[in-house]
Amino acid sequence: MTNALVAKIANKHKKEKVPAVRPGDTVRVQVKIREGDKERLQAFEGTVIARNNIGVSYTITVRKISFGHGVERIFPVHAPVVDKIELVRTGRVRRAKLYYLRGLRGKAARLRERE
Amino acid sequence: MSPGILGKKLGMTQVFRPDGQVVPVTVLKAGPCVVVQRKTPTTDGYDAVQLGLVEGIKPQRLSKAEKGHTQKAGADGIRYLSEFRLGNGSEDLKPGDRVLVDQFKPKDKVDVIGVSKGRGFAGLVKRHHFRGGPSTHGSMFHRAPGSIGASSFPSRVFPGMKMAGQMGAQRVTVRNLEIVEVDADDNLLVVKGAVPGPNGGYVMVRRSKG
Repeated sequence: MTNALVAKIANKHKKEKVPAVRPGDTVRVQVKIREGDKERLQAFEGTVIARNNIGVSYTITVRKISFGHGVERIFPVHAPVVDKIELVRTGRVRRAKLYYLRGLRGKAARLRERE
Repeated sequence: MSPGILGKKLGMTQVFRPDGQVVPVTVLKAGPCVVVQRKTPTTDGYDAVQLGLVEGIKPQRLSKAEKGHTQKAGADGIRYLSEFRLGNGSEDLKPGDRVLVDQFKPKDKVDVIGVSKGRGFAGLVKRHHFRGGPSTHGSMFHRAPGSIGASSFPSRVFPGMKMAGQMGAQRVTVRNLEIVEVDADDNLLVVKGAVPGPNGGYVMVRRSKG
């Protein structure tokens, strides 16, 4: 149980609104990247395979297959570097953590759309 | 400027720096404090201030001695007292002066002193990170200390040998913690990193030297 005053400090660093994504959903995460003095957005698109923590420490794990290799990135959703999280596609799954997808590829790793 | 402040550990969380860095922080409720006594070289042999943490403790919960001592400074509701040594060049404080959290600002460095969580009588694996023996495969050596020295010479155990015993519940100082945020409305001090003791434990926050 977190103290109300600890929550006050943490809430200052929370974003007002975070998109409701669920495990199995396909998302596109826009991350701010600094190159010298220029800032640009980089997209990372993949399946949400886990959600961890609550409050300001809330993170999502996104997995995609990049040039034949599985790549996973953990995004702290409330971090200022995470610009936007767009929902691309929903997925119907029966567990909260989809770590079993790591052992599957291609057709076997497809997920059905949620109604 | 006071050499320090007293407070209570509230708990840990994390915050973000503008560049996106995640910083683990401990939130402390620091102050309001009152200077209860001023110790001087002529009367006490050293230079220090004694601060009291104003918590609104009911008078009937205090002993007569505690009540009398704190009322001399015109303060009440104080139970936790602690002294801070005054170095050269620190501003003089009189009994009755208030010490608030707004004396600190982000980027300041502080030392935090508290009493660590007690672990009771702990064995060597927990207390000194000994490796212990195998659990299975016929091993009869699990978490025992092993040899503690040679035989007829020296015929004794050398002082300082790591052995089982009380672990924790000791005064611990963590030095050079950075202040990340100061909230004067709720008397909150947010320091980077971990702080000794349980949530709700009393801590001393002292300005770091140099």
